[in-house]
Amino acid sequence: MIKKLSELKKGEKAIIRELNLNGLTRRRLFDLGFIPGTDVMVVFESPLGDPVAYAVRGTLIALRREESEKIIVELVN
Amino acid sequence: MRIFKRKTAHTEDLYQIEIMPERKNNVIALAGNPNTGKSTIFNRLTGLRQHTGNWPGKTVKKAEGEFTFKNEEFKLIDLPGTYSLLSTSEDEEVARDFILFGNPDATIIVCDASVLERNLNLAFQIMQITYRCVLCVNLIDEARRKGFEIDKEQLEKEIGVPVVLTNAKSGEGIEELKEKMYLVATRLIKPNPRKIKMKDSIRKKIDLLVPLINESFTDLYSAEWIAMRLLEGDSKIFNAIKNGKLVELVNKGKLE
Amino acid sequence: MENLLSWSTKENLSDGVGKVKNENVLKIIEIINSCDQETRKRIEDDLVESIYQTATKITSRCVKKKKNGIIDFELKLDQLFTSRYFGFPIMLLLLTSVFFITIKGANVPSKLIASGLFWFEEHLKSFFILLNSPRWLTGFLVDGVYRSVAWVVSVMFPPMAIFFPIFTILEDAGYLPRVAFNLDKLFKWAGAHGKQALTMGMGFGCNAAGVVSTRIIDSPRERLIAILTNNFVPCNGRWPLIIMLSSIFVAASFPASISSFAAAGTVLLITLFGILITLLVSKFLSKTLLKGEPSAFKLELPPYRKPQILRILYTSFIDRTLFVLGRAVAMSAPAGGLIWILGNVTLNGKTLMSYGVDFLQPVGKAIGLDGVILLAYIIAIPANEIIIPTIIMIYSSGSKMIDLELDQLKELFIQNEWTVLTAICLMFFSLLHYPCSTTTWTIYKETRSVKWTVISNLLPLTIAFIVCFMVYRIGMLLIGS
Repeated sequence: MIKKLSELKKGEKAIIRELNLNGLTRRRLFDLGFIPGTDVMVVFESPLGDPVAYAVRGTLIALRREESEKIIVELVN
Repeated sequence: MRIFKRKTAHTEDLYQIEIMPERKNNVIALAGNPNTGKSTIFNRLTGLRQHTGNWPGKTVKKAEGEFTFKNEEFKLIDLPGTYSLLSTSEDEEVARDFILFGNPDATIIVCDASVLERNLNLAFQIMQITYRCVLCVNLIDEARRKGFEIDKEQLEKEIGVPVVLTNAKSGEGIEELKEKMYLVATRLIKPNPRKIKMKDSIRKKIDLLVPLINESFTDLYSAEWIAMRLLEGDSKIFNAIKNGKLVELVNKGKLE
Repeated sequence: MENLLSWSTKENLSDGVGKVKNENVLKIIEIINSCDQETRKRIEDDLVESIYQTATKITSRCVKKKKNGIIDFELKLDQLFTSRYFGFPIMLLLLTSVFFITIKGANVPSKLIASGLFWFEEHLKSFFILLNSPRWLTGFLVDGVYRSVAWVVSVMFPPMAIFFPIFTILEDAGYLPRVAFNLDKLFKWAGAHGKQALTMGMGFGCNAAGVVSTRIIDSPRERLIAILTNNFVPCNGRWPLIIMLSSIFVAASFPASISSFAAAGTVLLITLFGILITLLVSKFLSKTLLKGEPSAFKLELPPYRKPQILRILYTSFIDRTLFVLGRAVAMSAPAGGLIWILGNVTLNGKTLMSYGVDFLQPVGKAIGLDGVILLAYIIAIPANEIIIPTIIMIYSSGSKMIDLELDQLKELFIQNEWTVLTAICLMFFSLLHYPCSTTTWTIYKETRSVKWTVISNLLPLTIAFIVCFMVYRIGMLLIGS
């Protein structure tokens, strides 16, 4: 099932399909390992609900909703 | 000597080391992702006590130190911790320009053993600019605790540069790191980094550009990288090529 | 990034004086232009993608996962530190504990050092008298230079030697990025970057270091906001004043058993107020002078690591404590001499100091302070550390020597019409006023802009005056009623 990364719930796993971002933000996310085909998992969220920490390639990366809703993922069961 | 307009004192500091007319010691660059224990490696090698914090981008001040190994003198330059050399933050530019124009005799690329895959991104980007690299896979103890086992020989074969597994905190692997760094810096071994396959359309253009660049710089290792920057539209690199500053810089630092 | 297409061939030729042949430059441009825009734009994305593909291949062959390790424990820690209910309380608790341990722990050594140094002062003075040194020289060197150095050492050294290592342990363990993570939404509201919290953490130690550390923020707009507001986290030079005033004025009105808690609580409230001001000023800046949308936020939360305690003790002592202390001593010695001169050189029967104090008195009174305090702030522009010694020296100049223990200090302040309200206003002023000259210089070096450097001083000064005025007025109303 195709979803936005921001729509995933805690503990859900998915595969990154597309980054609808450009420029520096896209580049930075690439550098951190957010590349199409990569596994991603929602690990925990900040006390105020945003940002959210994602596990990507063995590291924890926090993203704000503004970015995560532009990342298209495919849910894995 | 400046090629681009510099914004901060920090960068200028680095540039002062960059061009040393007759340098006696070997210059070693220390590069790596944030949080890989890079500064601890630095301290281990130089005996200097530089503070290291556990958060990304901690090294904001330039640090350099000297040490002797096998009667050779080494000057170690600690570059800012970065994830990449391609984005345009100041830190990344500093690191990139130093590796590109500072002509280090060897570059030690520090990686976190537990997240090697992510760290190889920077490593490969560096290895496009210089082949004189040593891959230092640090925090190996932590990785072992987490259940990872790293096949050093295989890794060496795969990426084509010397690999050392270290635990900077305990000192494990540091002597070996010095040894490998020594061999690379003194040209006793010549690493041969694995090339990254690019898309055919880009590959073709790069192959056209490289000879044009190399006509002015004989056998410039980073010619491919420069070609790629040119295609990408990097005006600084273009200007440096255009007005000859690049030639000047590369030649000044050249020892071979 | 500029587009190569935008350069005309002519321009390239006219100043192509380098060693790359002009015809090669032309060829290069031709090749670049023959590559279609889409490909060129994606070139680095493609590169990184290819690198990752290679990296995945390599690691799958070289890295074996043998067992499931300790990651669960780290996850538990993270879930606790960022929990909806406990995340913020834990943050406050840790911060309060740091203050509490610092205040409580610094008390005894401070007293010891003070009595030692002032015991020595008496002997030094006798020695000078023995040598028949002229009164002005004794005054300048002993009452001026020595005393302010002694003060700085006894008041600053113990809290610093405790505060820095504790803070460094939190930093090294990996807790600070979690703070940035927890607070990010507030910074987003303010149009700033979550990493600003990290630079503020550095600012607790030294604002100049905090300003330099803003380099971790990519967006120039957000970085400038972080630079301009770093002043609102009290640095090491200001802690002693805030800690001392909360101990002798605020905590004194609580029972002895909880007075240290009350002092720590006061320091915490002042700090939180600084954070509030930081957020409000950031918001103000991003709506006015530095308009713009928050940039993307990506923060790595590194694994927790066991701090290397011994090394921390060593490095925080050498790198930070001795460094900051050395700077303070270097600043306080000449300032001490200057104060003595101002207090002892007379013009028309009035000391130079009195002219300054009289001139500043009405302004100071309006915001709950007095002329002496403001004069001290002018003299202490090089370093915040010497505010209190300057104030003391001005108050006690002309009068007999006093022993500088906390109780007697309070006496001295009260003799000079201080109340709890004065102390509170002074704490706010200390929190807000303007960055020290080292920090100002650093701001200039980082921004390379006179305009922003001036703003970085005027903005906090304005806020300091407004806040102190309001605190004073409200305080007066409360006391009056």
